[in-house]
Amino acid sequence: MATWLRRILILALIALAIVAPLGQGNYIIYVMTSWLIFSIAAMGLNLTLGYAGQISLAQASFMAIGAYTTALLTLSGWHWLAAMPLGVLACFVVGFGLGYPALRVKGHFLAFITLAFNTLVFLVLRNEEWLTGGTYGLVGIPRPDLGLFSTMRSLPFYYFTLTVTIVAALAMWGIVRSPWGRAFKALRENPIRAESLGVDTRRITLLAFAIGSMYGGLAGALIASLVQFIEPGSFGLAHSLRILLMVAVGGAGYFFGPFVGAGVVILLPEILRFAEGYYLIIYAVLVIVMLIFVPSGMIGIWGRIRDRFFVRPVARADLQQGAQLK
Amino acid sequence: MSQPVLSVRSIEKSFGGIKAVRGVSFDVHKGEILGLIGPNGSGKSTLFNCILGQLEPDAGQVHVNGRDVSGLRPSKLNRLGVGRTFQQLAVFPQMSVFDNIVLAGQEHRGTMLSRLFGPSDAGLTADAERMISFFRLGHLRGTLAGSLSYGQQKLLDAAMAFMAGPALVLLDEPAGGVNLTMLAHLRERLAAYNAEHDTTFVVIEHNMEFVMNLCTRVIVLAEGAVIAEGTPDEIRSNQTVIDAYLGG
Repeated sequence: MATWLRRILILALIALAIVAPLGQGNYIIYVMTSWLIFSIAAMGLNLTLGYAGQISLAQASFMAIGAYTTALLTLSGWHWLAAMPLGVLACFVVGFGLGYPALRVKGHFLAFITLAFNTLVFLVLRNEEWLTGGTYGLVGIPRPDLGLFSTMRSLPFYYFTLTVTIVAALAMWGIVRSPWGRAFKALRENPIRAESLGVDTRRITLLAFAIGSMYGGLAGALIASLVQFIEPGSFGLAHSLRILLMVAVGGAGYFFGPFVGAGVVILLPEILRFAEGYYLIIYAVLVIVMLIFVPSGMIGIWGRIRDRFFVRPVARADLQQGAQLK
Repeated sequence: MSQPVLSVRSIEKSFGGIKAVRGVSFDVHKGEILGLIGPNGSGKSTLFNCILGQLEPDAGQVHVNGRDVSGLRPSKLNRLGVGRTFQQLAVFPQMSVFDNIVLAGQEHRGTMLSRLFGPSDAGLTADAERMISFFRLGHLRGTLAGSLSYGQQKLLDAAMAFMAGPALVLLDEPAGGVNLTMLAHLRERLAAYNAEHDTTFVVIEHNMEFVMNLCTRVIVLAEGAVIAEGTPDEIRSNQTVIDAYLGG
């Protein structure tokens, strides 16, 4: 896609995101805010899994670390803008640590390690009642008060979340376009070759986990303020699998994949509510069919359409050059 | 004589009861193209992997420009000026030819932080274009590496090994599976690079014609030990070498 067309499309989508909640009820705005927050969490996992090729089933646990850190600090009087960075920093440190097993094991073994980590975080949140409130969770988490712009009502909080999402997306764009992004892709495609070209694959693996976890922490800080109540069940393994589904459905390794994937996973069940008791069945079938026919995710559909209907015949440049080879 | 670029001293490596490399020693000097040949199972690849830090030798040392690099990780070795190519195709298939080449040089530019906040190409566009042009891959600049032909991927693999301006490049069967036209092209480009930059090469290869036409000196391995060393002409007529290859 041409750069100018892509820019216009992005601006149009941002404009749509600004206009879409106007005149809508609180529930629709809540669902749209959830979509933005889960897009941030999926963006992080997309970096770890889609770009760097390191499977993780622990993204919900980083949302938990971000959410509980922010909630505990804001409940004790800290401003959200001061509490959130600490939650994100905690995720960076813990994510860096979780990356260490990835230096030794790959594939489904790594998936099981991250799965165990998610369960461990869940158990700590449930059992350490003195800190986390146990199964009762934490209630009354304040939303950010930005002086003239209070986010206590749903629409201002939506716009606040949209702003944070755009900033997070721009930061991610900067990362994946930088030499770091190239090193992440090299790690995914051929780590031995990457290492032989001077890429410190150990450091890059740890950073892939740490940065991806930071995005989970940011999403957690936002979800704590959105719901204003958190409990361990909101960050269990099922939620990590849900974020993984967002990345797979949207298109792993594509920049806009997480937005599309989170949109499908969060908005589609709402759209299908007219089917009442059957909506989850229809939803599951649609996801299965999509993953079978478009394994590269929703973003990959455009590539398939382009290859099918807009193919431009290209002369084999290498054959043209071949005659000149000595 | 000047200090060798690569000095291999008494390298030994066993796998269980099998001694794959038995006390191999040799030096390679600046600008030399050393061929390392031998029948299958003679220990060439094991020796290569010991030199390049991918295997830890049981005994012996490797020095690059006088510095002991034994046991160094491949990434550190690369930053000390040692490039390599692989026997199997080793490009990044989902990245363009240009990005493959830039990746091969970016880790030698700036710091970790400057690579995050600096330009996307790490300031390497001009160097990358030169390297792409040198290996005559200009018409494939934006093509995904995975969609190149086998021979073109071998050329790209070689171009990547040279991108960081290494003092020493180890080429692991560069001619394997490459058609005759592309093979002549690859050999000519390697010789031209060596002549232009005085870079030192060590080449493992089964294709005798390729080795004899490219290399200035040849070492022959059999059963993990050096059995002959000399110019290509001397090796061609060496009875021990002929016997080793024919199983005599």
